This record gives sequence, C-alpha cells and structure tokens, in this order.
Amino acid sequence: MILPHALTFFLACIALSLLLNLWRLATAPTLTDRILTLDTMAVNAIALVVAYGIRAGTGLYLEIAVLFALTGFVGTVAYCKYLLRGSIIE
Amino acid sequence: MTFLLDLALSLVLIGGGGFALVGSYGLLRLPRPMQRLHAPTKATTIGVGAALVVSALDLLGQGQISWQEALITLFLLLTAPISALFLAKTLILRGEADPDLPATGTATDWATLDSPPADR
Repeated sequence: MILPHALTFFLACIALSLLLNLWRLATAPTLTDRILTLDTMAVNAIALVVAYGIRAGTGLYLEIAVLFALTGFVGTVAYCKYLLRGSIIE
Repeated sequence: MTFLLDLALSLVLIGGGGFALVGSYGLLRLPRPMQRLHAPTKATTIGVGAALVVSALDLLGQGQISWQEALITLFLLLTAPISALFLAKTLILRGEADPDLPATGTATDWATLDSPPADR
C-alpha cells in the first residue's frame, strides 16, 4: 500500500544522485575523481535497475543488475590500473 | 502482518534512498580528494543494499525465492573496498592526495608501487 510511494521516493533519490554524479563528472578537479564518479554511477545504476524491478514485480531485472555490478567493478579497476602502471594487462 | 512487512520495507527503502543521496552529495561537496573517496564507497553501498533487501523480501512475500540479490550484495561488499583501495593508490601515486598524510608508523612509507617489506 505504501510501498509504491516509498519506491517512488527511492527512484527520485537515485535519479537526483545520478544528476549530482553527472555534475561531479563535468566539474571533477582530478582524474581520479572522474573514475570514482563513474564507479558511483555504476552503483547508482544498479540501485535504479533493482528498484525498477521491484516496481515491475518481476525478478528478471536482477540479471541486468548482476551484469552492471560485474562490469562496473572491472571498469574501475582497469582505469586505475592504467593510471597506476600505464598498461592494463602486463 | 502484510501491513507490517509493507511498512518495514518502505522504511528501509526511504532510509536507503537518503543514504544514496548523501553519498552522491558528499562526492560533490567534500573538499579533499581522500575525503571524497569515503562518501560514495560507504553511503552509496548502503543505499543499494537497502534496495536489494527490499527486492529480496518483496519477492519472498510473493512466494518467489531469488538468489541474485544475495549474489549482488556479496559482490558489491567484496568489490567496494578493492575499488576504494585502487583509487587511494592512484591518488597517492599521482600526487593528488593530501601532502600531509599521517606517518605510517613503520619503516616503510605509504605503499604504491613498492614491493612489500618482506620481499626486500
């Protein structure tokens, strides 16, 4: 009964978070901040997909969330490794 | 009972949304790079955790058991510290961290590309 309204609030919070992340991405003072912001955006995207899955009433959307979790982490580590070592696979 | 579950799930969801918002706002607002590392790695993970808990319990209330939530939670909790460590190493190596980092208290300095002390 009140869960749909809470879900709307959660989706609004995540959307606002993603907008704040975009703002940070555009005005990031250092390169590392950009990587951190991309990582945060991946995590926020997982939250968005999961919340949309609850609203749709099916567990199918969780597969997308799993893929986002995997690729987001690999992307962050690859960017950091490139900045640290100058190459990703040595 | 259903109403109580509904209320509890709604409270968890509202709290999680607040945490996610605080995490992203902290990333924008905190003044120093090492401080900015803290906000998203902790608060945003709590926000996603709330959504995953609500999703698992909501599907359980409908009589479905799904293991993906546990998988995503485990994976996020395992990988968030590792990405934070990599980002901190990148900050130190590129000289973007605070110049007055506290002393390590050991003979070796903050590690970036040095081999561990036992290897020397």
